[in-house]
Amino acid sequence: MAQDITVKITDREGVVHEVQAPTDMAMNVMELCRSYELAPEGTIGICGGMAMCASCQCYVLNDVALPEMEADEEAMLSEAFYVKPNSRLGCQVPITEALDGLEIELAPES
Amino acid sequence: MITTDILIIGAGPTGLFAVFEAGLLKLKCHIIDALPQQGGQLAELYPKKPIFDIPGYPSVMAGELVDNLMEQIKQFQPGFTLNERAETIDKLEDGTFIVTTNKGTKHHAKVVAIAGGLGSFEPRKPLIENIAFYEDKGVEYFVKDPELFRDKKIVIAGGGDSALDWSIFLADVASEVTLVHRRNEFRGALDSVEKVQELKKLGKINLITPAEVTGIIGEQHVEGLAITKHDETKIIATDYFIPLFGLTPKLGPIANWGLEIEKNAIKVNNALDYQTNIDGIYAIGDVNTYPGKLKLILCGFHEATLMCQSVYNRINPGKKYVLKYTTVSGVDGFDGTRKEAEKQVVKAIE
Ligand SMILES: Cc1cc2nc3c(=O)[nH]c(=O)nc-3n(C[C@H](O)[C@H](O)[C@H](O)COP(=O)(O)OP(=O)(O)OC[C@H]3O[C@@H](n4cnc5c(N)ncnc54)[C@H](O)[C@@H]3O)c2cc1C
Ligand code: FES
Repeated sequence: MAQDITVKITDREGVVHEVQAPTDMAMNVMELCRSYELAPEGTIGICGGMAMCASCQCYVLNDVALPEMEADEEAMLSEAFYVKPNSRLGCQVPITEALDGLEIELAPES
Repeated sequence: MITTDILIIGAGPTGLFAVFEAGLLKLKCHIIDALPQQGGQLAELYPKKPIFDIPGYPSVMAGELVDNLMEQIKQFQPGFTLNERAETIDKLEDGTFIVTTNKGTKHHAKVVAIAGGLGSFEPRKPLIENIAFYEDKGVEYFVKDPELFRDKKIVIAGGGDSALDWSIFLADVASEVTLVHRRNEFRGALDSVEKVQELKKLGKINLITPAEVTGIIGEQHVEGLAITKHDETKIIATDYFIPLFGLTPKLGPIANWGLEIEKNAIKVNNALDYQTNIDGIYAIGDVNTYPGKLKLILCGFHEATLMCQSVYNRINPGKKYVLKYTTVSGVDGFDGTRKEAEKQVVKAIE
C-alpha cells in the first residue's frame, strides 16, 4: 500500500503546518495546500494547475530532491513576482514518496 | 439608466445560462462583466482546453462552450455592460436595486443575481513602489483603445501572449515600442514570437531581455522608466508603460455589500433558491457557498435554473407557473423567433 508522506508548509501568515500527504491520489503540492485549506479560496490554484498563474508559488526550504523544472514552470516563474532562487510552482510538483520530509513556504499572494 | 428584470453580475457560464432559464420564464436579463468578453474563467483561463464533464458532450473546448451558450441565449436578447466592474449596490424602498459600475453606468433591476465566480479579473501589478501614482497617468494595464498610443513612445513588459500580441499590433501605431522581459524566451504562440523577432530586425520593436522595469520617473505623468539588466540600471524615456502580467480574480467590491461571506464566497440558502442574506440578491455558480458546494459548471447551471424559478415567483406573486419541457412547448425568443420540435408528418395509409 502506498504510504502517506509528511510535508511541512509555512502559510502566508507564517504559521507552520505539518501535514500528511497521500502518494496514491495523483495530487500535487498546490492541491495539498488547498485540501488542508492553508490559503484562502481564490488565492491559490487559480489556473487549476496549468502553470499559468503562479498563485501556487512556494519556496523550497530544505534539500529534498524535487523533479526537474519543465519549460512551462520556468517560463511562468520568469514572469511571477516575489521569485527567489528556491521558488517552485506547487502545481508542478507531484507528491511522491521521494518528497517525504519536504519543507516549503507559500510565496506572498500577488 | 439600464433597466431589467434580473441584473446578472458575471458573464461566466453560470451567468450566461441564467439568461436562458430566465428567458423561458419571460424575464429579461442584463449582464455586467469586468472583462471585455463573455465566458468568465473559460474564456480568460482555458479557452483552448477541453472539458469532459458537461453532460452530453464527451468533450468540448471551453471557448466553444461559451460560443454555444451565447448562441443559445441570443433569442433572449440580453444586454451587456462589458469592461466594467459592478462596484456599488443600493436597495430602493420598493425592494428593487440600483447597481453602479466603476465607470458610473447605472443599472436598475428587480433582482440581482451575482454569478461572479472567483471575482472580477484584475491586472497583476508589478511590484514597483510608486506605480499606483502613475495609474491613468501613463501606466495602463489594458490596451482598451490603441489610438491612445498613436505616435507615442511605449514600453510593454511581460513574456506571454498579451505582451507579444500588443507589441506587434502597436508597432504600427506607436512611434516607438520597447518590449521588456525577464528572460530571452517567451511563453506565447510560436508565430507571435517569430513576428516579434522579425519586427525587432526591422527596427520596429526594441527588445530588452533579460531585463526588468524597476522604477517609474515623471512629474505628473510617466516620462521614463528605470530598466535593470544584469544589475545595471538605465533610464529610458517613454510616454506610456503597459505591464501585461496576466489577470487575477478578486472578489473586490462585492465583499463590501453586506453579504454573508465565508471563505471568499457568498453564503446562500441552497435548500431553497440560492438567495443570500439580503432579500432579492441571489448568488449562483463558483461565487457561492453552502454545505457540500462543488465549483463545477454543471452545478452553476443547476443553481441558475432554480434561482430563476424563485425570481419568477418573487416578481409574479401568486401567479402559477407549471414546469414545461422545451421539447414539448418550444422556446419563444424575445426577438419574435420561435423554436420548436418539428411536427411529425402524418400520412394516411391508403
Ligand atoms: C483550468 C480550469 C479548468 C477547469 N475545468 C473544469 C471542468 O473540466 N469542468 C467543470 O465543470 N469546471 C471546470 N473548471 C471550473 C469552472 O471554470 C468554473 O466552475 C466556472 O467557470 C464557474 O462559472 P461562473 O460563471 O460561476 O464563474 P466564472 O467563470 O468565474 O465567471 C465569473 C465572471 O464574473 C465576473 N465578475 C466577478 N465579479 C464581478 C464584478 N464585481 N463586476 C463585474 N464582473 C464581475 C468575472 O470577471 C468573470 O468573468 C475549471 C476551472 C479552471 C480554472
Ligand atoms: S496553480 Fe496556477 S501556476 Fe500553479
